[in-house]
Amino acid sequence: MNDAAHSSAMRNGTLASVAVLVVFLAAWQWGPGLLGVPTFIVPPLSMVATEFVHAWRFDHLLLHTGVTVVEVLAGFVLGSLLGAFVGYLLGMSPTAEVALSPYILALQIAPKVAFAPLFILWMGFTVYPKILVAILIVFFPVMVNVLTAVRTVDPDLINLARAFKATRTQIFWQIEFPTSMPPMFAGLRIGATLAVVGVVVGELVGGNVGLGYLLTFGEGQANTPLVFVSIVMLTVVGGIAYLGVILAERRVLHYLPARAVGGNI
Amino acid sequence: MSVIRLEYRNVTMRFPEASGRGALTAVRGVSFAVHDGEVVSLIGPSGCGKSTLLNIGSGLTAPSEGTALVDGERVEGPNAQVAFMLQKDLLLPWRTIVENVMFGVEIQRVPLAERRRRAQALLANFNLAEFSGHYPHQLSGGMRQRVALARTLAVDPHVLLLDEPFSAVDAQTRMVLQRDLAQTLKQARKTALLITHDLAEAVTLSDRVLVMSRRPGTIIDEIAIDIPERDNPIARRRDPKANEYVARLMDRLDIAHASLEQQPAGDAA
Repeated sequence: MNDAAHSSAMRNGTLASVAVLVVFLAAWQWGPGLLGVPTFIVPPLSMVATEFVHAWRFDHLLLHTGVTVVEVLAGFVLGSLLGAFVGYLLGMSPTAEVALSPYILALQIAPKVAFAPLFILWMGFTVYPKILVAILIVFFPVMVNVLTAVRTVDPDLINLARAFKATRTQIFWQIEFPTSMPPMFAGLRIGATLAVVGVVVGELVGGNVGLGYLLTFGEGQANTPLVFVSIVMLTVVGGIAYLGVILAERRVLHYLPARAVGGNI
Repeated sequence: MSVIRLEYRNVTMRFPEASGRGALTAVRGVSFAVHDGEVVSLIGPSGCGKSTLLNIGSGLTAPSEGTALVDGERVEGPNAQVAFMLQKDLLLPWRTIVENVMFGVEIQRVPLAERRRRAQALLANFNLAEFSGHYPHQLSGGMRQRVALARTLAVDPHVLLLDEPFSAVDAQTRMVLQRDLAQTLKQARKTALLITHDLAEAVTLSDRVLVMSRRPGTIIDEIAIDIPERDNPIARRRDPKANEYVARLMDRLDIAHASLEQQPAGDAA
């Protein structure tokens, strides 16, 4: 695709995208009324907007959002660091990988969110069990991508560095670490959205603060608009986290051809 | 005769078979010497152990028997006197062109000012100065290979080991790169061992051509190339004697009677 065709595809695509949004919002506002769906099942857009203002003023919406953001951030950062660390470690030690891979696989297959009740039993209604679920769920995509990247570094590149008398540390920092960056960012993108899932499940299971709690609070009161407000806010939090990763990726992987980075948001 | 820069003494290399039993002999009893400023080519069928010899010379693998010597000293591991270049350019995509050229000298902890000076001089020499801030993906294959050559020369090695350095570029670019290499080797008085499948390349670039047999690889012939102007491969290519040498190499390799079945599936060497 040449540049002109690409930019025209971008323009048309953006226009269509905005059109979809307008249609969706209009359908949300007037659709339920036209179809006779009661407002406690699907509240129209305006009701959700009113509830948003109400929740902001009287239900500490900002506080709940803030707590969720902090949990997502902590879980994402710690989970990514841990995942990357273990990924490099296993990538550089085949013995460790062979020894640990069955257990890692088992832990990867186990649904991480199922650990939420257990963590709450252990740590009570604090932020920690939520962060822990997020760490666990973010860990795997990052770890697996880093491990695969380190494993598949071109051996000739390593030999090139070795022929220049590179030390093991130099090989890691000059070859293996930078080579693993693109796959690591692919893992971080997945991790950013999964972190929100982990935190919300933790909040749903137990606690009295956070958007997940607000969700169950709204449900308990049969306050459907509040449930919608919580879902929208969670989506916004997830979206910002994802966007943050994309921006960091564009900065770090600036050397790749433009469309290879952050494409297909 | 001048100083011997690179020498193989009775080198034999065996690899364990994939089945785990027995060993596969890649090269057997190879001995030869490359003198200071000399360019020697190594040709032979696929899998005859040419690249194995190169890895031994660069200290990346130890031979099963025999020794490789660089500047009269036994090769015990990678050393600063030898640098190699492969068919793949092996440029690091996250480094700019000038940073790629500086890669080897950076690993060897040459001070920044000095390595910048060397890299810029080499890039200017290869007409790549204007691309020094570019990234590898912005350059053509031929230019990338020239950057790889600059990176190899930046460490100022005595001996260059070149493993089919131009086999991945198109025929015309290859001739330009061969000319650049020949001129550079001559000007810098570098010693080089060139592995190639291209018989014309071997003849036009070298002082001597060594012919290897099928596995287990041994040296079966040595042909001195008596054509003037080693730094001008394009002129050498036009020399009628070049065709005679190529014909002779074809005979030695028995190309007329070789069948593809005799070739191993992958180039294990």
